[in-house]
Amino acid sequence: MEYIILIISAVFVNNVVLSQFLGICPFLGVSNKVSTAIGMSGAVAFVMAISTLVTYLLQQLLVALQIEFMQTLVFILVIASLVQMVEIVLKKISPSLYQALGIFLPLITTNCCVLGVAIMVVSKEFTFGDQVHMLNLAQSVVYATACAVGFGLAMVIFAGIREQLELSEVPKAFRGVPIALVTAGILAMAFMGFSGLV
Amino acid sequence: MAKVSSFRNMVLCLFLICFVCSGLLAVVNALTQEPIAAVNLAKTNQSIAAVLPAFDNEPSQDQFDVMVGSDAIAVYPASLQGNLVGYAIKTFSNKGFGGRITLMVGFLPDGTIYNTSVVSHGETPGLGDKMDASKSNFSEQFKGVHPANFRLAVKKDGGDIDAITASTITSRAFADALKRAYEAYQLIEKTNEEEL
Amino acid sequence: MGKLKMITRGIIQENPTFVLILGMCPTLGTTISAINGMGMGLATTFVLILSNMVVSLIAGWIPSKVRIPSYIVVIASLVTILQLLMQVFVPSLYETLGLFIPLIVVNCIVLGRAEAFANRNTVLNSACDGIGTGLGFTLSLTVLGLVREVLGSGSAFGWKFLEGDGILAFVLAPGAFIALGYLMVLYNKFVKSKIQ
Repeated sequence: MEYIILIISAVFVNNVVLSQFLGICPFLGVSNKVSTAIGMSGAVAFVMAISTLVTYLLQQLLVALQIEFMQTLVFILVIASLVQMVEIVLKKISPSLYQALGIFLPLITTNCCVLGVAIMVVSKEFTFGDQVHMLNLAQSVVYATACAVGFGLAMVIFAGIREQLELSEVPKAFRGVPIALVTAGILAMAFMGFSGLV
Repeated sequence: MAKVSSFRNMVLCLFLICFVCSGLLAVVNALTQEPIAAVNLAKTNQSIAAVLPAFDNEPSQDQFDVMVGSDAIAVYPASLQGNLVGYAIKTFSNKGFGGRITLMVGFLPDGTIYNTSVVSHGETPGLGDKMDASKSNFSEQFKGVHPANFRLAVKKDGGDIDAITASTITSRAFADALKRAYEAYQLIEKTNEEEL
Repeated sequence: MGKLKMITRGIIQENPTFVLILGMCPTLGTTISAINGMGMGLATTFVLILSNMVVSLIAGWIPSKVRIPSYIVVIASLVTILQLLMQVFVPSLYETLGLFIPLIVVNCIVLGRAEAFANRNTVLNSACDGIGTGLGFTLSLTVLGLVREVLGSGSAFGWKFLEGDGILAFVLAPGAFIALGYLMVLYNKFVKSKIQ
């Protein structure tokens, strides 16, 4: 049951992009076409799940050694090296997947939803009905993956809308990012309808 | 301009930078640890002072815990010239819209609520955060009421609390936290009576 | 290019928010009020100036293949120092900005300026560039925060001029997107067309 609450909360209610403002750069940058949006979200989901797994374990080590102040530095290094590693491994074992995700991988290091979710998982308490507690390892990974799914959902919906926008007549000053932002605002409003669901 | 990369100088360079940076961080951390603890203590003292009448002891030094259910609730007794003026009780509720909310509640020795103050919360800005005294007068209604003749529940649930408009969940959580604080107060009273 | 030009360039012609469209996450996430926006902007400026200076100092002896990881380590250390200092000097702002402070590490503006400017310019010029870009970022965040605060809560810089609520949507997530979208339109219409 806790897993279901966690997933619904991460995908819909507290959508990383539309309610937490994480990962806005790729959300605005690579959402021109549905196919690229799917590729990017796939790559993010991949990196996010692995990096949360690793950073969760590392956080236990940091706490044990009482050097929590190294958190930011350690986490970003882990994410940066993981992205590199994923890139190298993918290239070796699955060239086709690498072709699909490859160009997005370098962009992920500076995607703040990866670092954001990694920090959130180890620092925030989550509510389950009457209970509030920190996530355990399995929940953390599930939560991170669900966040990535939420990111993907927002990206794909948004890309679909933007493909339509391309065809419509937009006033000159609105062209490009401004109209995308206004659209995202309306989409965020729609997602607010999910609040109170869990 | 940048050097030519070789395996040796790359490893050496990264190692050196990491070494210097972690060293620097350790120093800054050691320097700031005490001030940060002092700031946190000052914050606790401030919220205690906000919820109780004037006192001259240091409640945070006399702090003790009371078990309400399975939760340890921190109690800060305050006194003026040796006479007890009240208890500041740090209570919480897990029923907030954005997770846990933590309140400091001041009880006079007879159980009347003197004042309340919000310590931390994750409620929506503009809606639930109105429970903070600086944002709206929601918390005014608890000043000087005694929980024995003031039902700590929102009016919708048959209580006496005027809920924040459009933030019933936050108001319920606030009531829940107050209830927990009152339970803690009752437990203190019970132990005091037993001692007498 | 003069030092002054270097500073003003980051504020208007190459404004990180309105022209380069970088660092959108903190721009949208922290601008509930003008003060918050300004605080976030100044925090980023602090990191930006120092990282630009350090990078321009060390760029000469870093092998080019480990350039980016080295910069990231430098930036992450500066951010951690900032986190520790903020906990001492502005604890309440630190709490409000929350997650977005550590996320300065992945703010594209910081790494972007290190890579595009600081590693091939002198320390002084890099510092000027950091000041300019940082102030440009701060300015846009303050303006966006002000707009959202005026419309959403009927106050400006914490000074309440309107009784009751504003248009709540502007405090919440959708308003952030919409307000920034319209500000960009105004920028395109009145500033960009003048420059070109």
